[in-house]
Amino acid sequence: MYLKKVLALIIALALVAAFAAGCGGQAADQARKEPQQQAAEPEVKDVILATTTSTVDSGLLDVLVPEFEKQTGYKVKTISVGTGQALEMGKKGEADVLLVHAPASEKELVDAGVGIDYTLVMHNDFIIVGPENDPAGIKNAKTSPKALMQIASKPVIFVSRGDDSGTHKKELSIWKAAGIEKPSGAWYQSTGAGMGQTLQVASEKQGYTLTDRATYLAQKANLKLAVLKEGDKSLLNIYHVMAVNPEKFEKVNYEGAKAFVDFMVAPETQKMIGEFGKDKFGQSLFVPDAGKNEADLG
Amino acid sequence: MGVYAEGFAEAVRLLISLDPEVYDIVLRTLRVSTTATVVSVLLGVPLGTYLALHRFAGRQLTLSLVYLGMGFPPTVVGLVTWLTLARYGPLGFLGLLYSQTAMIIAQAIIATPIVAGFTVAAIQSVNPKIRLQILALGASRGQFLWLIWREARLGLLAAIIAGFGGVISEVGASMMVGGNIAGMTRVMTTAIVLEVSKGKFELATALSIILLAISFIITGALTYLQQRGRQPA
Repeated sequence: MYLKKVLALIIALALVAAFAAGCGGQAADQARKEPQQQAAEPEVKDVILATTTSTVDSGLLDVLVPEFEKQTGYKVKTISVGTGQALEMGKKGEADVLLVHAPASEKELVDAGVGIDYTLVMHNDFIIVGPENDPAGIKNAKTSPKALMQIASKPVIFVSRGDDSGTHKKELSIWKAAGIEKPSGAWYQSTGAGMGQTLQVASEKQGYTLTDRATYLAQKANLKLAVLKEGDKSLLNIYHVMAVNPEKFEKVNYEGAKAFVDFMVAPETQKMIGEFGKDKFGQSLFVPDAGKNEADLG
Repeated sequence: MGVYAEGFAEAVRLLISLDPEVYDIVLRTLRVSTTATVVSVLLGVPLGTYLALHRFAGRQLTLSLVYLGMGFPPTVVGLVTWLTLARYGPLGFLGLLYSQTAMIIAQAIIATPIVAGFTVAAIQSVNPKIRLQILALGASRGQFLWLIWREARLGLLAAIIAGFGGVISEVGASMMVGGNIAGMTRVMTTAIVLEVSKGKFELATALSIILLAISFIITGALTYLQQRGRQPA
């Protein structure tokens, strides 16, 4: 009777799957326990870090997070979303610590008492990239708002992330400075996607876009886009880290969040941030800023 | 064509070199999707069987809900599961968000209607005379179900294949409730999305090829079971 064999096999498969799930859980638990032998045992191990796609897509967190876990015994759950969503997760108490880059929006959280231990970590810069032959001629624009004005007045495409991320917020602030409150029209295309994907779209359509330098450098080999505008003070991309206030949300793992904040500004970590990317891109992707004043950057 | 060739070469290289990260992701994908499929079979087959064999008030409505569920957008399932499991959501006290369990829950919600819908169709397509005959021969309840499932086995295996295919290829819900955390909840589909957003198309292509190969092996094995001894003459 092959039917019985078939059913027996299905049952066996089910058991194997259940067993594998059980084993996997145990193995994962063990893997999680190992680093703790080097550090004092934290009470709540999981730390939820909500952060921007740029820190993940550039590969920086792949270097920093394992080091943090090794040093402290915490297990970081990195959730990579746009800065807008990361801030929203903070506001709802769904994340423990935020690493974000939209100072104006961050201020709301800090003022509301939701974000505490608000600390400057690092910066890099935004750049405007576009087709190598620069049909809108923004290379000669004096400032970044002027560059955007030229793009708006020429028959060229601008690709926006449109996802409420830190980069998108920065883009809108420059449009505002250029006197364009709400860019719209067929020339203004909103992807609703992360920086990496938006760069791909801009490259395929040969449009202009605003990007952080780290993501651009990481993807440069796959892109037909050149850096056309850079070095403006308004193009600074400043990253802060903050913990979510446990007095507002009792489920927040503040101990772990505080440990992460301290880790990010520790001299050793700051050195790692400054070195990151040098071997691969010939220049560092982020400038460590711990202890500096935001107004002095640039 | 270049990117496909490079992707294929990369896939072969990753498989031959036993790249630990890739194997880890492959095993995790299989574990999560197989568990979700098993859960959906344990829920969907009894539900589908009941719907196929019983008359009750609201049966048509339940059935249309099951059929609606078969085409339910996984991202919506992901969002609802996220909101439910979030720290300050109704089931937040369980602390399940961003875990494999959360992914299994979301995937099982996606696959259960698929399995149930296929089961209804499979059992209803069994000749009603066979049902009567089984009962006339004095079968117990257990024997009756066993024989009916046996008669409907082709459709039931199709149900499992469809359910498994639905979850292993799913990305939206897995991304939302799992969080795509390296070493914990990163599965084939979410890894592919990440590599594309990093611009690493070769690696993404390689992972896609491996995912397709795995899906093919598993559905192929199930199809073999289904079709054994049944090839048309």
